[in-house]
Amino acid sequence: MSGLNTELVPVLRRGFRFQWEPAQGCHVLLYPEGMIKLNDSAGAILAEVDGQRSIGAIVADLSARFPDVQGIAEDIMVFLEVARERFWIEFR
Amino acid sequence: MNDSGSSFAKPGHIPGPPLWLLAELTYRCPLQCPYCSNPLDFAKQSEELTTAQWIEVFRQARELGAAQLGFSGGEPLVRQDLTELIRAARELGYYTNLITSGIGLSEERIAEFAEAGLDHIQISFQAADEEVNNLLAGSSKAFAQKLAMARAVKKHGYPMVLNFVTHRHNIDNIERIIELCIELEADFVELATCQFYGWAELNRAGLLPTKAQLERAERITNEWRAKLAAQGHPCKLIFVTPDYYEERPKACMNGWGSLFLDITPDGTALPCHSAKMLPVQFPKVTEHSLKHIWYDSFGFNRYRGDDWMPEPCRSCDEKDRDFGGCRCQAFMLTGDADNADPVCGKSQHHGLILDARRQAEEAPKGLDELTHRNVHASQLICKS
Ligand code: SF4
Ligand code: SF4
Repeated sequence: MSGLNTELVPVLRRGFRFQWEPAQGCHVLLYPEGMIKLNDSAGAILAEVDGQRSIGAIVADLSARFPDVQGIAEDIMVFLEVARERFWIEFR
Repeated sequence: MNDSGSSFAKPGHIPGPPLWLLAELTYRCPLQCPYCSNPLDFAKQSEELTTAQWIEVFRQARELGAAQLGFSGGEPLVRQDLTELIRAARELGYYTNLITSGIGLSEERIAEFAEAGLDHIQISFQAADEEVNNLLAGSSKAFAQKLAMARAVKKHGYPMVLNFVTHRHNIDNIERIIELCIELEADFVELATCQFYGWAELNRAGLLPTKAQLERAERITNEWRAKLAAQGHPCKLIFVTPDYYEERPKACMNGWGSLFLDITPDGTALPCHSAKMLPVQFPKVTEHSLKHIWYDSFGFNRYRGDDWMPEPCRSCDEKDRDFGGCRCQAFMLTGDADNADPVCGKSQHHGLILDARRQAEEAPKGLDELTHRNVHASQLICKS
């Protein structure tokens, strides 16, 4: 299990912007001179990262919206860890 | 706008959208870098698109799918309408990047751009070499200005990319350069050995570092990367080597007309910012829609796919990886843009690259022998 404290609040790193790109049909993360195309689950998780909600709240929300997905809490935690390692997000 | 007329689209080759739009707003610039990538004859090209024309370009490119927009030049700060252009681009949904030398920047303008929605400012330490040396010696007003602006950029909440163009006369100071960038809290640092186009090609003998210089610089950069990683430091160091020390060419622009769309000050659309030198006719945004330009124009289809390749590329199993390298480099060095990029060890012209390496070892040119990019030199070189 991931070591993240669920009370932490994830926030996009300064200069990173998350948005939907119709031409590419996916969410992307934009940053200085770069762009990361996100798959559906990464897009769904980052859409919840608003600098207000805690990890716990995000997990609760996504679990309620996708009740059929097994192990969703673990997936979210793993993704957030990776996103932090890559310096896309920070925790407050 | 005229969209009628023939399409040069290649059957079976449908390009993706132009994700990157580079707006070269002007060729005007207060500096005279001897490695400037602007065309040698920039002095002959003083025409510039109007504010409304630029905004229309942004709108059309965004519609095609462009997400990143770079304001560059010349020095984009000399455009009095820059704030207006930033605001329009941001409203269209672009991630907006200002690529500047920092000369002409002030804290008021930084704040004004932020309010207009500018996402990021890249300060290029692209000054004349004596100034670079002054920087490293810790003096000089121009550098005091750059340093002050770098601090102001961070203060106003932007992410910051610092770009250092390195060459044989400053690359040995790489450690100082990295330390300075960390001190300034840069988020990304580009340590880019100058690429040999435009003025840099003219000055190559005075700029190309030796292999030993490069290896040392790369080793130091790697040591710093390890140090930063160990501290969990978010600063990312990007090291760009000149392809003159490679045996295979770079996959130039990720393929001709595949991602990147450059618009020059007068509205000429190019698949890369040095392509204007090629004997290829490129369309203008004042005459055609960007959709036509990207998908159907002759210029943008000229080197798509691989049916244009002669040997050795034609029968090479690596052609999907590097697309035969850079067309501009092939043209500059061999006189024929269809040829394999001479960086490739399989090219019959690879000897030119070996000669340049030898020259870097044995007969380099001094700092005082560089031709500086200015109107006078441009007119002299391009007198026709
Ligand atoms: S490279 Fe130097 S001279 Fe050329 S546009 Fe940039 S700052 Fe100006
Ligand atoms: S021969 Fe052409 S395609 Fe093959 S590696 Fe060299 S440049 Fe690339």
